[in-house]
Parts: sequence; C-alpha cells; structure tokens
Amino acid sequence: MTTESISLTVNGQPRRMDIDPRTLLVQLIRDHLGLTGTHVGCDTAQCGACTVHVDGRAVKSCSILALQADGTEVTTIEGLATGDELHPMQQAFRDCHGLQCGYCTPGMVMSAIELLKHNPQPSEQQIREGLEGNICRCTGYQNIVKAVQQAAGA
Amino acid sequence: MHPEGIGAPVLRREDRRFLTGRGQYVSDIVLEGELHCAFVRSPHAHARIRGIDSTAALASPGVVAVYTGADMAADRVGPMVPLWQIPGVDGKVMNEPPRWALSRGTARHVGEAVALVVATTRHQALDGAEKVEVDWEPLPATVDVRDAAKEDAPQLHAEAPGNLCVRFQRGTKAPVDEAFARAAHKVSVEIINHRIICAALEPRAVIASASATRGLDGHAVTIWSATQVPHHIRKFVSEQLDLPENAVRVIAPDVGGGFGTKGKHYPEEIVLAWAARKLERPLKWVSTRSEAFVSDYHARDHATHAELALDADGKFLGLRVSTLAAVGAYVSTVGAAVPTTVYTAVLSGPYRIPAIFAEVRATFTNTVPTDAYRGAGRPEACFVLERLVEEAARQTGIDRIELRRRNFIPVGAMPYATPVGPTYDTGDFIRLFERALVLGDYAGFPARRAEAAKKGLIRGFGIAYFVESSGVAPSKYAGMFGARAGFFDSADIRVAADGSLLVMCGTHSHGQAHATTFPQVLASRIGVPLSMIELVEGDTGRVPYGTGTFGSRSMVIAGSAIYMAAEKILVKARKLAAHMLEAAEADIEHKVVNGLGEFRVAGTDRKVTWPEVSRAVTYAHNLPPGMEPVLHENAFFDPTNLTWSNGAQACEVEIDPATGVTRIISYIGVDDIGTVINPMVVDGQVHGAIAQGIGQAMFEEAVYDRESGQLYTGSFMDYTLPRADTLPSFISETDESQPCTHNPLGVKGCGESGTIGAPASITSAMRDALEPFGVTGLEMPFTPNKVWRAIQQAKTKAAA
Repeated sequence: MTTESISLTVNGQPRRMDIDPRTLLVQLIRDHLGLTGTHVGCDTAQCGACTVHVDGRAVKSCSILALQADGTEVTTIEGLATGDELHPMQQAFRDCHGLQCGYCTPGMVMSAIELLKHNPQPSEQQIREGLEGNICRCTGYQNIVKAVQQAAGA
Repeated sequence: MHPEGIGAPVLRREDRRFLTGRGQYVSDIVLEGELHCAFVRSPHAHARIRGIDSTAALASPGVVAVYTGADMAADRVGPMVPLWQIPGVDGKVMNEPPRWALSRGTARHVGEAVALVVATTRHQALDGAEKVEVDWEPLPATVDVRDAAKEDAPQLHAEAPGNLCVRFQRGTKAPVDEAFARAAHKVSVEIINHRIICAALEPRAVIASASATRGLDGHAVTIWSATQVPHHIRKFVSEQLDLPENAVRVIAPDVGGGFGTKGKHYPEEIVLAWAARKLERPLKWVSTRSEAFVSDYHARDHATHAELALDADGKFLGLRVSTLAAVGAYVSTVGAAVPTTVYTAVLSGPYRIPAIFAEVRATFTNTVPTDAYRGAGRPEACFVLERLVEEAARQTGIDRIELRRRNFIPVGAMPYATPVGPTYDTGDFIRLFERALVLGDYAGFPARRAEAAKKGLIRGFGIAYFVESSGVAPSKYAGMFGARAGFFDSADIRVAADGSLLVMCGTHSHGQAHATTFPQVLASRIGVPLSMIELVEGDTGRVPYGTGTFGSRSMVIAGSAIYMAAEKILVKARKLAAHMLEAAEADIEHKVVNGLGEFRVAGTDRKVTWPEVSRAVTYAHNLPPGMEPVLHENAFFDPTNLTWSNGAQACEVEIDPATGVTRIISYIGVDDIGTVINPMVVDGQVHGAIAQGIGQAMFEEAVYDRESGQLYTGSFMDYTLPRADTLPSFISETDESQPCTHNPLGVKGCGESGTIGAPASITSAMRDALEPFGVTGLEMPFTPNKVWRAIQQAKTKAAA
C-alpha cells in the first residue's frame, strides 16, 4: 500500500502522519486521531453528521479526501469548548434541549456556528434553510432552531 | 415541590458528553486486536444459492476468514427466533419458517446476509466481500402484499402456503354483522398504509469479543450492540449459541436513535458473536447507510378494507376491518405482533363503537422484514379509524368535527371496556380535542382559507385523535398473545454511606434522557439533589434483569420500579431513624424539605437527615437487632394494564396548485400522557414524534420495484427525510388532568404520540384542502409531484 504524508493542525495541535491516499478526512479524524465526536450517518454526503471546520469553513468531512486538508486548520466538536466552558452554541443546545440521542449533534453544532458566522442575526426561516444539510431524526429541529436563536442573541 | 424533582424542566445531565464529542457509540469503541467485518448480501429479491466460492476472497489482502450459512449450520447455530408466536384463527399458531442469520440455500430479500468476510481493516473486509462469488439462481419474487396474497403468487416458504404467516382475528363477528344490518349509513374505505424506513441517524453497529477461557468477567462472549434491548439480545444469542444466558454479556452504550427499529434482534449480532468465538479475536461491524436501507427492519405496509356502520344520528354502531399486512421475507422479532395484537388492540380509538371485528392476514413478501417502528401498529389503526370518520362525515353530511364530538367516549364512561379487549382507565378525549381546535384557531380557519385563496393558494385544516397502548406491557397479556418473554422491568437501588444513590434499570436511553428523568423520580421520593444519583442502564453484566426501551414503556415501567424500590429503601431507613432517635417507628415521618430528605419525630424538631441515616446504616456500628447493613433494594414492576396515552392533533396546510408544493402552516399536538416528569424532555419527545409522523405523511416512502424486487429508495438521496426547512414549528401542550390509575407515578407513555396521529391529521388537512377542487383518492406521502398530478387530473376531469 502506498502512503502519502500529510500535515495539518487539528484543534490547535499540529499533526503529521502517513496515510493511505484514499483516506477520507472523516476517517483521518476518527480512525487515525481517535476524535470520535465526528460521526458518520450516511454514505452519500446527505446527513451532515460528519461536519467539521476546515480553515473556518463547515465541511462534510466524508466528502473530501484527507489529503485535500493538507496544510489546513481543522476544528472538530472536541475543539470547541475552552476547558469546562462550553462554546456558546454548545451551551445553547443544552439550554434549549436541542439534542436527544446526540448523534447528529456535533455536525449540527458545527454547521450552526458556520451559519451565524455568515448571518449573525438570522430569521427562523434562514436558520431552517441554513441547517437543511444536517439531518436530525430525534428533535423535529424545533429546539435546534431555538438554540441557534439563543446563540445568535448571546 | 423538589426543585429538581417530578415536574421540573431540569436540563439534561447527559448533554455535556454529547456536546463535546465524548459520547461513546459502538463504532467509537476500539478493542485491542480487533478485526473488521463486511457482509455479502443478496442482490436478488428471491434466489437460490447454488454455491459460494470464497477462494478469491480468502486470497484478498488482509482477509482472515470467510464464513457462510453452511459454516454456521455445521456449528449448529440456532435460527433467528421471533419474540412473539402469534395465535391465529382455529387455534393455529403463526407459520414460523426458520430464518438463518446467514442464508442457508435461499435468499428471500435484497440485502439478506449470505456471507461474512473478516479482515484486518474495514476496507480490506469490504474489498474481500466484493470477491466472494455466489452462484445465484434467481427465482420469481413478490414484494407487494396485495400480490403476495394472490393464489398464483411466487411462494416464499414451503412451510407457509399462500405466503400466509398468520390469520388473526379480534372482536366478535356476529354483533358487527347485526350492526351493519340495522345501520342508517354504511361507509367504507380502501387504504394503503405505505412502507417506511426508520433511518435512525446512527447506523447499526456490533462488536463481539469472546474467549474460550472466559475472560476476567466470566462471560463466554461479550457483545456491544447499537440496540434498545440488550437483555433480549442476550436471550436470543445465548439460545442460538446454546450457552447459558448468563454466559453472554450484552452492552448497549450510547445509541444514536432507536425508534423501535433498533429494538429487535438482527443477524449481525449472532453472526459476529459466533465468529468471534471461532476466531478468538474481537470483531467489529459498522453498517453503511446503504446496507442499513436493505437490512434495518422496515415498517407499516398495510392494505386495508374497512367499513363503519352509523345510525341516523351519526352514532357509530359497528366497525369491520380487514387488513393485509406485509411481514416481509421472515418473521422478525416483533414483526408478527405489530400488525396483529398491537394494531387491533387500538381499533376502537377514542370512540364508542359497540361492535368491532378485525381480521388481519400477515403475509410474507420478498422484502426486508417489517417490525415495530415508532407508533408500531397504532398509526395504522388511527389512520383506518380517522379515514372512516372523515368518509362518514362526507357521506352523511354531518360536520367532521361534530361527528367526532358525538362519538367520543366521554370522560364519565371511564374505565371503558372496548369490544376488542383493552380497558381504558382514564382519558378526557373531548377536552383535548376542543383544546386542539382552540390552539389551531379552527374558528378563524374559513377567513384564513379565503385569504389564501386570494393568492391562488389552497388551505386545508386537519384533525385527528389517537389512543395509544403505551407502557408495554403486562406480562400476563403478552403471554396470552404468544410472547416468549416477560415484559416487566427492574430497578436496583444502592445507597452509599454519603447518601448518594446508584440506580440500575433494565431499560436503555437513546435520546429519552433517562439519566435526568429517572433520577428526578428518585430525588423527589428520597430527597436528594440530582447530583447525588447515578443511573446505570444498557449492560446485562451490571443489570441482570431487564426488558429494554420500546413501546413508550421506560418511565411507566422502570420509573414505577424505581418508585417501588425507593419505598422499600424508605421503610428500612425509617426503622433505623426510629432507632437513632429513640422513638417509635410509627412516630417517624419522612419529609422532603427544600429537596432534602429527613426523618423527624412527628410534632417535634428531633430529626436525622438522609445522609446521617445512610452513614449509620452503612457503617453499621449501631443497628437495631436483626437489621442488615446498607440500604440496597430492588423492585420489579409488571403492570396490570397498558397505559392509554391519547391526544389530539390538528394542523393547517397550504398548497400551491401551480407546483404541488405543500407547506405545513401550523401543527398542534395536545397530549394526555398522565403525570409529566420533565416537561422539557416531554416537549422534545412530542416534537420528534410529530416530525416522524409528518415524515410518513409528506415525504417518506420505501419503494420496491414490483417486478424485480429491487429497492428504489436505498439512500438519503432517494428516501426523503424531513429536514429543518421542510418542517414548521409545532405547538405542543400536555393535559395532566387524567393521570394513569395503575402505576404509582400516574404516568402514561409519551414517546410515540405524533407519529401515530400525524399521518391521519395531515391526510385530513390535505383532503379538506383538495376535495373542493374535485381531487379524490389522494394518498400519502403528499409529495409535490403527486399533489400536482392529482390537481391536474381533477382539472382535466372537470373540463371533460
């Protein structure tokens, strides 16, 4: 098996490793780095559970090769909180009961942060449209929308 | 009131783990030396296996082993036995053709597992699976239940002539015939309740680890499975491997959504457990979404003819229901129970119907087996009834709201014995119905409809009422319907010297917030902060007895068990408090003051606190004669009746006739779930249930090619799930005026409500919207394409 070398920063830590060039970014994150907060819910880039930030942009990490992230800064759900203090979006999800089984939650939080970055004061409809790339099967989205509204107000 | 106790909207204690990426789902677990598994699955709906050649696969890099059904047969691994053996008519039990975890000779649906490939990495296992050569002989297939029941249909099982699994009847025929004979009005409907796929966001996953010498924990095999029912899986696997039940340990860690579909036994669990014992290496399998679509159990899939008899005033006289239900290729765990006992038990719904007779023919089809998915039989029953009511309103000219009012079982008639068996203990249906109409501003609907019409948009108002058999289930009744298990649940409470409590329950939380709500019950009763309570679930190695989480049962059954065990704890604690205070036991009062428990000599200020009693009983320095040290009690709650959750669902839709696109303007759920333990969590459950009900009504449909038996809707690109921008915000309210009378908490199940009512309420709204335009016969799911076509057809017809 041929391998290629990759360097990137994940949650502030520089990482360098040799990988099978077929490795997807989500596989690198989960299997090579052991950051299992990033989830896989489908195989057609539809569900958004694997959403992470690459150079500050929300990306479905199942839909790019790890090598495409060479030289980038990647943030996963594990990199959001500062010590015990949750990121305001994480806190808002908790305050508003925006999660149940927790499986879509990391991707949903990452997408929601990106959403507010581009539109700090979104309407309910804009929030709903902004999150349509992330599937949640538990909440009916209502409390997720509420959480994003709270985070936008914070 | 305890500030964190029953009724308080306490934030969830489990959230931090999930929000920081520290949840631990099966696929997140890595065992030392693990190997990876991939399954070879049937590409045919029905085919004989002439042979399987593993040579190329075994030569593939990293492949360690390839196993087939023949290997499992050689080791005498038992079949996949259903949990229920349903009794049919004439004393005949259901046909139960053997189902093998890996096919033996014939595959009967696309996606059936036929071989296992074990390799060093997941990629290598998948590559190896590509190289297993199966010599297939395709056979004629039948996937539509109406086709499968025909005389000339391809036959799936020699043991099941006519593809019949079971012919099941409920109610009494003669009074129904009599009711129809004297009826002023008779209405009938033909209904398809289409097949849907649960699609919990976490794909299923299994790890199995085995040691011939039995590891430190003494188990012959340990299984981690994304399941709702670890104790059921323990039972099945131990039976299949012919091991003592206690030699098998099943752990269900964090599970990413269950919805019933993960509450069943799956082939992968036994295949990995068996293969792990052969290889003495931990094995891991993680489903892809693509294989989930063809291997996770599907749901619904009924074809029903139903008739309702009414008198001249619109009072219901009799109901006759005949249903063809697809069980799929094999009888799954609860697959035969859902369309028979579960479905027919709620055919009276909220209505007084003096005579009911139902017949169900559960039928084999060359599809993935069907089984319980949120609602499970109750959405189908609600849909039949509500469709009949609306049809009766149309035919008799009695307003559909008024017709329901005339026929609701009044609160004064409770307890009410239905003619299909169950007795409802409580319920004030008319009260919740009227409340939903207020919240939905039904009075203002004509004005809104007219306003929308000015913009060329079509509005409809929908209403439905459901009664749900929740809190599953009294073991006695389950036994009568062929259950091969009891349905009680357990709570084991252990108190430490500092007064902190460890609670162990046989249920499992996969989104329902048990780690918050179960301790709320205990905190209220004992008088401790939530931070002093830990809950353990989902591990048969730590919780010996349990049934799992499904059928809206957890708070009803395990919550009641917690309450009962806490009572036993308090009896002993009171005895010790009397000893400590040198008072008579009869004079000791247990009180919770500001959330803290204390034992006081009545009428005095002499008291000992909960931590003081806990320390005294655990140190055991000075106990009354005969008292054993520590506070450790358990309780088992087996209900005497199901709980009868019920609710009204109202909604308003707006259709753009130019595109067929429907917008849900408002959606209201008013639920009677008895006592509410945590209103925030209940709201979340209600929202999710409504969303899944709307999913079936508006978007979701599992479509098989009627000839080839191929599943067209095999990915999230073809199978449409509700998304944030296709759902509205819901209004949900609970009514606590009718607590359950047969459990100590007064609770009724709350997990499924909207999933039961929404298909009926949305259909009601769509028909209300479109019937004035001549659209008839429009059925779920109401996709833009279907709605637009129906409108065009009606226009063409009107013009002709």
